[in-house]
Amino acid sequence: MTSTAMQQLYQQIILDHAKARHGASAEALPPLPTRLSAAASVDPAPDGLRVGESHQVNTTCGDEVTVRVGVRGAGDEAVIETFAWRGDGCSISLASASVLHDTVGGVTVGEARAMLDLYREMLRSRGTIEPDEEVLGDAAAFSGVSRYPARVKCAMLAWVAFEAAVLPVAE
Amino acid sequence: MTVSAPLSARATARPLKDEEVARIRNDFPILETRVNGHPLNYLDSGATSQNPVSVMEAEQEFYEQRNAAVHRGAHTLAFAATEAFEAARATVAAFIGARTDEIVWTSNATEAVNLVAYSLSNASLGLGGEAAKRFRLGAGDEIVVTEMEHHANLIPWQQLALRTGATLRFIPVQDDGTLDLAAAGTVVGTRTRLLAFTHASNVVGTINPVAELVALARAVGALVLLDACQSVPHLPVDVAALDVDFAVFSGHKMLGPTGIGVLYAKAELLADLPPFLTGGSMITTVDMHTAEFLAPPQRFEAGTQRISQAIALAAAVDYLTETGMARIEAREAQLGHRLLAGLSDIPGVRVLGPGLGAERIGLASFDLAGVHAHDVGQYLDEAGIAVRVGHHCAQPLHRRLGVTASTRASTYLYTTTDEVDQFLATLREVAPFFGVRS
Repeated sequence: MTSTAMQQLYQQIILDHAKARHGASAEALPPLPTRLSAAASVDPAPDGLRVGESHQVNTTCGDEVTVRVGVRGAGDEAVIETFAWRGDGCSISLASASVLHDTVGGVTVGEARAMLDLYREMLRSRGTIEPDEEVLGDAAAFSGVSRYPARVKCAMLAWVAFEAAVLPVAE
Repeated sequence: MTVSAPLSARATARPLKDEEVARIRNDFPILETRVNGHPLNYLDSGATSQNPVSVMEAEQEFYEQRNAAVHRGAHTLAFAATEAFEAARATVAAFIGARTDEIVWTSNATEAVNLVAYSLSNASLGLGGEAAKRFRLGAGDEIVVTEMEHHANLIPWQQLALRTGATLRFIPVQDDGTLDLAAAGTVVGTRTRLLAFTHASNVVGTINPVAELVALARAVGALVLLDACQSVPHLPVDVAALDVDFAVFSGHKMLGPTGIGVLYAKAELLADLPPFLTGGSMITTVDMHTAEFLAPPQRFEAGTQRISQAIALAAAVDYLTETGMARIEAREAQLGHRLLAGLSDIPGVRVLGPGLGAERIGLASFDLAGVHAHDVGQYLDEAGIAVRVGHHCAQPLHRRLGVTASTRASTYLYTTTDEVDQFLATLREVAPFFGVRS
């Protein structure tokens, strides 16, 4: 029955990323070098890398993801040097974490935030916004999700975790 | 395994025939809906069932002809409304073998469980005086549930334990999704004051051995609360024969509207329990510091009641009674068998709970290797098939069975064998679509 609608939602990029899971840690993430309290700024680790982490749960299905980012520098100019995640969930949520890893690794916090804004706007558009592939890269493949409001949370889960993880460390 | 519900009917009833089901479907307008270009294949009645026209008409007729507050006012409409409201109580009572004054209306089954938990809690605070002394809970007392409970029959007891200092214990679930009855014999002991368990699991479909569990509770003088949300809609249930103290179920899972639930409680318990919600409609004499309460069931029905919903629920009960609960049960047993047999044939599918031959209701939850339940549900939805995905409000049970989420297909009296077959055929396409080889 494989319909066009299903193929538009589950684009090959998504199915591939859901399997490949770039940046995923098979084991529990090792303890943070610096103890992090929620939303508090963090003392840099000895090597100057500031590490933030966030755990997010999709209450409708129990999907969860933990994202940990290591940032060097301050403010929007800070560079995302490390990105690791661990999660359990549907193909959309796993693929979006994998794509996020590829998308924000090595870019500045400012660039990552701009992408996050575009990505969120695309997902909330109910299919009315054509994604900017120049900016979003593989993340543009999630545009089909916007037609399925019940699944937007799946595609946002890792991005929301990333946003929460990076906020306190990129002050 | 000992079987809990009255058995004579179970053994002899003729299942509804396909042509009868076809006629039944004409009474449910929503089944004509098309979803994503396909006829709706509604396999989510375990979450909420659909309404026959008679139920919707009962609600509309009430608003068109009798709408007034009940148990107050002396005008003609108020009398007509009260009469219909109380007739609905009698209908529901008769349906489950209870006395009319043993039926308390609630908003849903969750509220019914909370009503019991908070009444026990209030008794523990000393409310209800001497008569309610036997309900007092404190340190050293134990509340026992099972590992397969819906959150609605777990969290109110967790909270009651926190409020009273009692300890919450549970009867474990075995790998096959049935209760560990040997363990139950040791978990339920002299400290047990209340045993709360589900009649039929909303996830694995297991029908629990009520008689054995009630015997364990009786031996130690514990109260018994039965979560009948998945049994009352699907099989004949006689609460007096089952000899439980409390039973809860919800209207929307048995062809009724949302917003109405039922608490059954033995009259002698209701007589001594202090109320949960208080206010208007549940009192006799009030002064600025004290109030006298009405006799049950009104004592437990504070405020304006869910009148149209109760009346519509009675219409749903009439519909079920006319169709025949034993015949519905027999039909669903056939559908459940077809569902289970078909699922076990699909590569990568692991059915949660007991397999063919076990006592179970007409639903099946499963895990499809390599494909998350959400993705399974999405694929099925595209073909017009509505199933439940997630943890089905039973996280501890899913954890026990080693999964975080599952997909559940649940049948009812309007489900056709073709629908079960279409579901199975579509499910076969899922793993290949997601590139999972089995």
